[in-house]
Amino acid sequence: MTVKGLVCRNCGKEYPEAPVSICEECFGPLEVAYDYEKIKEAVSRKTIEGGPASLWRYKALLPVRGAPVDLGAGFTPLRKAENLGRALGLKELYIKNDSLNPTFSFKDRVVSVAVSKALEFSFSTVGCASTGNLASAVAAHGAKAGLTSYIFIPADLNPAKVAQALAYGPNLVCVDGNYDQVNRLCTEIAGYRNWAFVNINLRPYYAEGSKTLGFEVAEQLGWEVPDRVVVPAGSGSLLTKIWKGFRELNDVGILDGGPPRLTAAQSAGCSPITTAWRSGGDIRPVKPDTIEKSLAIGNPADGRYTLKALKETGGTAGSATDGEIIEGIKLLARTEGIFTETAGGVVIGTLKNLVERGEIDPDERTVAYITGCGLKTQDVLRQALPEPVYIRSDLGAFEAAIGHAHRQVAGEVA
Amino acid sequence: MALVRLSTPLRVHCGGKPELRAEGSTLREVISFIDRESPGFGDRVLKDGRINEFINIFVNNEDVRFLDGLETPVGPGDTISILPAVSGG
Ligand SMILES: Cc1ncc(COP(=O)(O)O)c(C=O)c1O
Ligand SMILES: [Zn+2]
Repeated sequence: MTVKGLVCRNCGKEYPEAPVSICEECFGPLEVAYDYEKIKEAVSRKTIEGGPASLWRYKALLPVRGAPVDLGAGFTPLRKAENLGRALGLKELYIKNDSLNPTFSFKDRVVSVAVSKALEFSFSTVGCASTGNLASAVAAHGAKAGLTSYIFIPADLNPAKVAQALAYGPNLVCVDGNYDQVNRLCTEIAGYRNWAFVNINLRPYYAEGSKTLGFEVAEQLGWEVPDRVVVPAGSGSLLTKIWKGFRELNDVGILDGGPPRLTAAQSAGCSPITTAWRSGGDIRPVKPDTIEKSLAIGNPADGRYTLKALKETGGTAGSATDGEIIEGIKLLARTEGIFTETAGGVVIGTLKNLVERGEIDPDERTVAYITGCGLKTQDVLRQALPEPVYIRSDLGAFEAAIGHAHRQVAGEVA
Repeated sequence: MALVRLSTPLRVHCGGKPELRAEGSTLREVISFIDRESPGFGDRVLKDGRINEFINIFVNNEDVRFLDGLETPVGPGDTISILPAVSGG
């Protein structure tokens, strides 16, 4: 363990390790502080490569002491996406397929860290305010750890996300309101209940889990930094921690070179970060109006730090409309055989738009983060897909329905 | 008098109470009222006359940035929540 404690990201005040997330002096966010000299002595490419095929291969750079609560999150495939790259006009495009996690989104990374921390701090109840994916991640890791869980979600979430979360047996509370209202309610509840809210009082630890999406991409590229990464942004926590992950590998001597150009992808119906980036102003909160629920945070907690990451790395931000999100989901499935949820549609749609705007150069080695699985948001996709062919189980019925088209393609069968 | 709910890091600055009653017909007046009772409170919640960027304030569960900010009217039956901005996600 190489954690020194917590430090305020705004004023620098230091705190001992505890389940707190806000500076008493300035109300800025607390962040985990490490002893990088010690880490430097303890880790190398070799020690990491010899570790487990999960995010826990980077344990030296994570704030957990003992055995973690581990469902096997992390170390998901990074695949070269030649077909999609060709379709978008990019020479070297990779997909980091993080839909292949235990509960089918990247949230298993942050939750594996947070629930491990909840046990360390001796909590018996874990909780979260979720846009949908966090719900299942907390419920699943809570179940595995033998903890009671209270999960708060907006009531209008995709049915598949609700069903999945319920399967793990949490107390699921559907709130009449959007995510920002759910989050405000949970922030108030966290003020008087002795619960471990993973993204509220455990937020400093939770957020660290996302660094591993930076670590893995570097390792899977043979310990190289790509030119650009495209990251879906809700609160902006994921993006800022991927940024931190690349910087840390450099700090401990494992990588040469600074972080890639960080690029934020948002839904056009909820794009406070992209809007602020393009206007050059501060983040203004919005009321989300989009089919995309996973990223529907109108009041992004890490908005200001996300803008900083984009600026310091020479990155940018973009967005995709609801129609472009659907097209993005279909394009990824049809070119690469990867079925993503709406957040992935945002990434592909935004990538396409930014290439067309000339903001991404075709020669850049680009990694797109696909952070959730398509089965979670089939409800919004289904209406946009063609009807299949329905027939009786009869050869004549088959030929009548599609035989003519078939004969034209494969003449020898006729 | 409006009911004011305070998050943990703010309670430290006004006697440790999780909630209190305050007078005022706008949010700005309510904050001044609390500042008179607990000097220094106003300087923490406001910065250069604006709401501290690390704080969100809600009147009856609505973010005041969607209302009239510090000039948002408040009445005796209203509830004001003052919470840290960096939360969730
Ligand atoms: C699938 C998916 N991708 C990305 C994000 C963005 O995360 P953040 O709020 O850290 O920006 C979320 C958030 O819930 C998500 O569910
Ligand atoms: Zn501080």
